[in-house]
Amino acid sequence: MIATKFIPDFSVSPHVDQVGIEERASRFTKRSIKNETKINGLKLALNMIDLTTLEGKDTDGKVKQLCYKAIHLHDSYPDLPTVAAICVYPSMVKVAKKALEGTGVKVASVATAFPSGQAPRDIKIRDTKFAVAQGADEVDMVISRGKFLEGEYNFVFDEIAAIKEACGEARLKVILETGELVTYDKVRKASDIAMYAGADFIKTSTGKISPAATMPVTLVMLEAIRDFYYKTGKRIAMKPAGGISKSKLALHYLVMLNEVLGEEWMNNHWFRFGASSLANDILMQLMKQKTGVYQSANYFSID
Amino acid sequence: MATTEKRLEILKTYKIYIGGQFPRTESGRYYVATNNKNEKLANVCLGSRKDFRDAVGAARNAFGGWSGRAAFNRGQILYRAAEMLEGRKAQFIDELMKQDATKLQAEKEVNLAIDRLIYYSGWCDKFQQLYSSVNPVASPHFNFSVPEPTGVVAAIAPQNDSLLGLVSLIAPIIAGGNTCIVLASNAKPLCAVTFAEVLNSSDLPGGVVNILTGKVAELAPYFADHMDVNATAYCEADAATQQMIKERSALNVKRIVLYDKVKWLADEAQSPYFIMDFQEIKTTWHPIENIGGAKAGY
Repeated sequence: MIATKFIPDFSVSPHVDQVGIEERASRFTKRSIKNETKINGLKLALNMIDLTTLEGKDTDGKVKQLCYKAIHLHDSYPDLPTVAAICVYPSMVKVAKKALEGTGVKVASVATAFPSGQAPRDIKIRDTKFAVAQGADEVDMVISRGKFLEGEYNFVFDEIAAIKEACGEARLKVILETGELVTYDKVRKASDIAMYAGADFIKTSTGKISPAATMPVTLVMLEAIRDFYYKTGKRIAMKPAGGISKSKLALHYLVMLNEVLGEEWMNNHWFRFGASSLANDILMQLMKQKTGVYQSANYFSID
Repeated sequence: MATTEKRLEILKTYKIYIGGQFPRTESGRYYVATNNKNEKLANVCLGSRKDFRDAVGAARNAFGGWSGRAAFNRGQILYRAAEMLEGRKAQFIDELMKQDATKLQAEKEVNLAIDRLIYYSGWCDKFQQLYSSVNPVASPHFNFSVPEPTGVVAAIAPQNDSLLGLVSLIAPIIAGGNTCIVLASNAKPLCAVTFAEVLNSSDLPGGVVNILTGKVAELAPYFADHMDVNATAYCEADAATQQMIKERSALNVKRIVLYDKVKWLADEAQSPYFIMDFQEIKTTWHPIENIGGAKAGY
């Protein structure tokens, strides 16, 4: 199934001015955000987090613990929002779904032979269907970077479209793994392919490759989303993931989001942070704002 | 012509020391250090609470590696610091003299500072034996107590004895495996910054010692109430500040160490008890099967 009638020629995706994009991205880090604005920004960022555990050593117990954390971020701070979702491997979806029943926190599952994506398509589709059948509200797929770098754009496009179909009702996040795409031009092209093929989200990274999300790469993707919106009228959500562990950086991302896509995108339906340690840093900042005292990680739950 | 002209001296920029780097204060502020003759000596960073926050982060990061390092190796590094200080003796004497010390006083202070580093270097792997114990208990356990470093120490250095006081404060803290943030003497900050350069070239990992310059009144509250600091040290007799430190330190039950009666030039200003001021005693109960195994004579 093809998501839109009009498919552009991806070999002519717009080029990205590297110097310009990096300069523009660094401008967003110069804003001064203080007091109530800061508190509101931090709470919004907290509410946009996909609290993530994607490790070989994950157990049911670890996932349950993370789910508990998702809804009890720091109980001594009243009226905190919850995170947006928990992000786990397909085999953990069932446990997470049960632990989060009735809380409004969504369960996202990676799929399609995450993180490498090196598996035949039928296995990727089964992986996706399994995750959805287990109850995943969202699916985070990886694109075939090898094929993409070989110039097999049709392969990548068809694969995303096939996974989108396998997702059914679940929202599809397409991970470009920008750290392996090397140039901004390629990031832009991959973003365009993913959006036209039916992605609901485009996401920077798996978190397994360095560099993960950076502000310039995210800016390139946000601009792709903006251009796509102008052309098709369809909104696409964004998820930078990996390497965002400080609240100040999260606020910089929110500034960038607001200035590129605007207020319509400033909620967890249209923007997510893929992170695990960011939540605690935001909580420590919020407690600092509340008590006036610099905080210690010792007094916050280990996620 | 040019040979007779007076050369324009290049003045040193005195910057703070955080995490093994020499940044300027994030606040961009500075103050002018002067001496009794009101001569301008240097522009010095007027450190802010955010510099302190950054320094605590650096000290916390460095703590695991430093406390986990072999005690003998910590001794080697302190010895190295003494060597480097010896090599730059002239500069320290010069700075102390600029800050109103006589030549004799300055030489004495620098020599003592070097010797004190050597002294604590020796103690690094020896104080543990002295203050450990095997405790008799009435159950089948092998019970022993050993000192362990307290953690991150926020210390406000003495206002006088700007080099010796600073060294005498830092050396026992790091000899015991702690990491620290030290606020240098406000009136006489030159030696503290130069001492940071000595530490930086002594194989001391970045973040183990962080040295800030600035106002005590402004920064002391943060030294006392930062939740990630495990001990606060203060060297002046100012009762109001002492009281404030005690109150705020209660927030996370910090260890409070007051050195208001120490004469830093005296022999009594060095002893392994200074190391023990920043140690916690951990007692371990190790089960043994046969209580008779501990009988005398085996």
